[in-house]
Amino acid sequence: MAQQRVMVVGGGLAGLSAAMKLAELGIDVDLMSLTPVKRSHSVCAQGGINSVNDQTRQEGDSEWKHFDDTVYGGDFLQHQPPVKEMAYWGPRIIDLMDRLGVPFNRTAEGFLDRRRFGGTLYKRTAFAGATTGQQLLYALDEQVRRWKGAGKVRMFEYWDFLGPILDEDGVCCGCVGQDLVTMEIRAFPADAVVLATGGCGLIFGRSTMSMSCTGSAVSRAFQLGARYANGEFIQVHPTAIPGADKLRLMSESARGEGGRVWVPRKPQDPRDPREIPEEERYYFLEERYPKYGNLVPRDIATREIFNICVNEGLSVEKDRMCVYLDLTHIPRKELDRKLGGILEIYEKFQGVDPRTTPMKIFPAVHYSMGGLWVDYERTADGGLKIGSPRNHVTNIPGLYAIGECDYQYHGANRLGANSLLSCIFSGLIVAPGIKNWLAAQKKAASERPASLFDQAVRRQQERHDELLRRAPGGENPYLIHQELGDVMTRSATVVRHNAQLREAIQKVQELYERAKRCSLSDTGNWTNQNVVFTKALLDMFPIALTILEGALARDECRGAHYKPEFAMPELKATDPVERRREAEQWCDRFEENTRRWLKTTIAQWIDNRVVLSYEDVDTSLIPPRPRLYGLVGAEVIEQVWRERQARRGQPAGDGKPAEERRPSQQVVRS
Amino acid sequence: MSTPTVTSRPEWINVRILRQDGPGQPSYWQRFRVRYEPEMNVISVLQKIAADPRTAEGKPVAPVAWECNCLEEVCGACTMVINGRVRQSCSALIDRLLEENPHEIELQPMSKFPVVRDLVVDRQRLFRALERVKAWIPVDGYYDMGPGPRQSQAAQEAAYPLSKCMSCGCCLEACPQYSRIELVRWEGETDEQFERRKLAAYDRAFLGAHAISQAILFNSHPTGKNNAAERLEALIGPGGIQLCGNAQNCVAVCPKEIPLTRSIGLAGRQTTIYALKKFFDK
Repeated sequence: MAQQRVMVVGGGLAGLSAAMKLAELGIDVDLMSLTPVKRSHSVCAQGGINSVNDQTRQEGDSEWKHFDDTVYGGDFLQHQPPVKEMAYWGPRIIDLMDRLGVPFNRTAEGFLDRRRFGGTLYKRTAFAGATTGQQLLYALDEQVRRWKGAGKVRMFEYWDFLGPILDEDGVCCGCVGQDLVTMEIRAFPADAVVLATGGCGLIFGRSTMSMSCTGSAVSRAFQLGARYANGEFIQVHPTAIPGADKLRLMSESARGEGGRVWVPRKPQDPRDPREIPEEERYYFLEERYPKYGNLVPRDIATREIFNICVNEGLSVEKDRMCVYLDLTHIPRKELDRKLGGILEIYEKFQGVDPRTTPMKIFPAVHYSMGGLWVDYERTADGGLKIGSPRNHVTNIPGLYAIGECDYQYHGANRLGANSLLSCIFSGLIVAPGIKNWLAAQKKAASERPASLFDQAVRRQQERHDELLRRAPGGENPYLIHQELGDVMTRSATVVRHNAQLREAIQKVQELYERAKRCSLSDTGNWTNQNVVFTKALLDMFPIALTILEGALARDECRGAHYKPEFAMPELKATDPVERRREAEQWCDRFEENTRRWLKTTIAQWIDNRVVLSYEDVDTSLIPPRPRLYGLVGAEVIEQVWRERQARRGQPAGDGKPAEERRPSQQVVRS
Repeated sequence: MSTPTVTSRPEWINVRILRQDGPGQPSYWQRFRVRYEPEMNVISVLQKIAADPRTAEGKPVAPVAWECNCLEEVCGACTMVINGRVRQSCSALIDRLLEENPHEIELQPMSKFPVVRDLVVDRQRLFRALERVKAWIPVDGYYDMGPGPRQSQAAQEAAYPLSKCMSCGCCLEACPQYSRIELVRWEGETDEQFERRKLAAYDRAFLGAHAISQAILFNSHPTGKNNAAERLEALIGPGGIQLCGNAQNCVAVCPKEIPLTRSIGLAGRQTTIYALKKFFDK
């Protein structure tokens, strides 16, 4: 058999860790990326990477608790075995990155320093200054460069993935790529293709994501039959800096240090914010949540800021939605000491000093929990069978997906500092499975008939040439992209209403039709960014419709998906007996909702439209339980819930394993 | 710091861009006019031109090509020469640029790399230099072998600034010793042959401050220093540290304020000791 090869698409944390591990296993790798891999979006991750560690362990932490925090934070929507495996690998992944030279911050004694992140009680998060993602990416980039020098990895940087190539049995045997400089389109025979192409933030116009995060690669696989799961789960971060080109993140620590969120009571008050007197300011978080004030949980802050601008019309500016995040009452010295780094980012990009002028912030699309549906093989003790070719394979044999572009680890909502972990973890574990997949093949992809590849190239060449031939005067792709972003941001981010979603689906379908009539301002065949963008735009629509259809169908609130119409009520009664009765009803409704909706949304693209179906979630390790943070009546509900679970002989699911479970240490060596 | 007042804001921004249709083609200036909006940066100006590519005179032209990705000054993609100074276009704010020159904003591609098109340049040589100095930790492999070597806070604090280098190329653009290498493909030459000839030319030429600094970063790491000799060989070989003229422009333009001249100083010391040792060990 001729030499087999694997194509990895995308050079962020997931793609690079897969490439490096595959090379170590003796497999030849091609790596295709839109940008030089060192410039991938992973560089934008700031906070850190989670794992249980020697210190937290002695405070009562465990891999199991990390696992529990992750599924609780994700509202139980993820299959539990892969998440459990990831939590158990966490410490080893951080050790590996440490060995690869990542300059993690150190304690005085020289150990890795840790900080605390949202959704946990333990200091699990290792970090390298404020650029942890960048530092992790660089360490992997360096290893892949080493393999490139050794001839084991071939790099195709500035190449666009145009789609997988499937044989007559529907097995993936390579992909088509386009050189972004020469515009050459060619086939890459490959015995497995691994998509590691990240999120799809650009579907929302501007987001905290990089310009390469269009979701087009995933969409191209989706349109050829790959399933997309949980598309409606999009994480929106409460505080970002709105920019003309991008929404840059503003860390939550600004509120932690006393920052106050407000809007002028008079809509679009034209005065300088510093001249608006106290009584004419609406500190809406403090007024509505007297207990938590500006430090309400992230999803509530996001929803309230969105609501005040969109539904109440109180945005600071008319044309651009934003609220004030005010630090000006805090002494400059204190600000510099505690928030120096992030204030410099604001100053650098806004040209305004946030120590003297209130910042303008707004929630921004930040992460896609959903992504390509992928399989896994479970061990008897609820971990992953390492080396199984099923791990991370899509429903198309030979086509794999890892990192943000798969749906596997974060359920309905991602915990901070877990994304870097899931990217590296999925990259490392996909490799031994692919090795076994390759071993089971009888023929190398390069030995397939040339006609298979020629045909795939021809189809893409026709699409490309047809776009270039368009007569001028058609639709403008950049303006359609803006409109798409506006519709998606308005209807499918923080608060969702069915009527609005129905309207959005219609609007997006119209935009899709218009986008098909785009004409290009550049009809040349050299570094034509215009045609590359137009293709990416066209491919945003199937995913945009998947997000909208999934959100419309899901009549409940779960994690990042919030429909006020279906929100669980707070307890109102003050009489203890009546309150107890209400709590019982609440738990009945919770159970009914779990039965109905604790299911993975599966989307397929059939006859140019989205078809939805649902799949049960493996929650066999930790039974689902209500998320009650901030809800009125939480104590009574929790009491009722515990009693019910006890009656059934089930654990209440509060983070402790029901019986001593054996950690899956022995399966990790690949 | 001064914030421009509302009255000083113009209605239009004049942008002058040095364009080039492809490698080996002549370059030419073109003027554009973009409607001013608050809080713009060079990226958003280029986005507006892409959406409506017409010159200041209203003549439709091909859109201007440029590179960008993160827009947070952390990926290094969008480096160009703006109003005569090399920097990232994402963090180049229009209000600040108009303070430098209220009449016009001038954009040019970096001059030390071959132009691919307009503001897009080919920085392959920059990445190739990282390969030359073996800028990586030579670990045995990626199996679980326990934690890395314990390191002091001081060591981390010295390494982190060097590790923030985003390969943007500012230090090379500003360096008088770093001159452009642009090869033209010979007739009948295959892709592989051309690539090999190009890399050979890059490998003879000056490494540049970024690569010298990375060599120092890895030489200071407890595991990385195991192959320090290989890195020092690269630093004293053709195109090595001896070409540095100590102009110190690199450190002045580095957007991440990396102590490049300190790295170069250390590299000078390490290579001297290494060369002496090598001489006496013969």
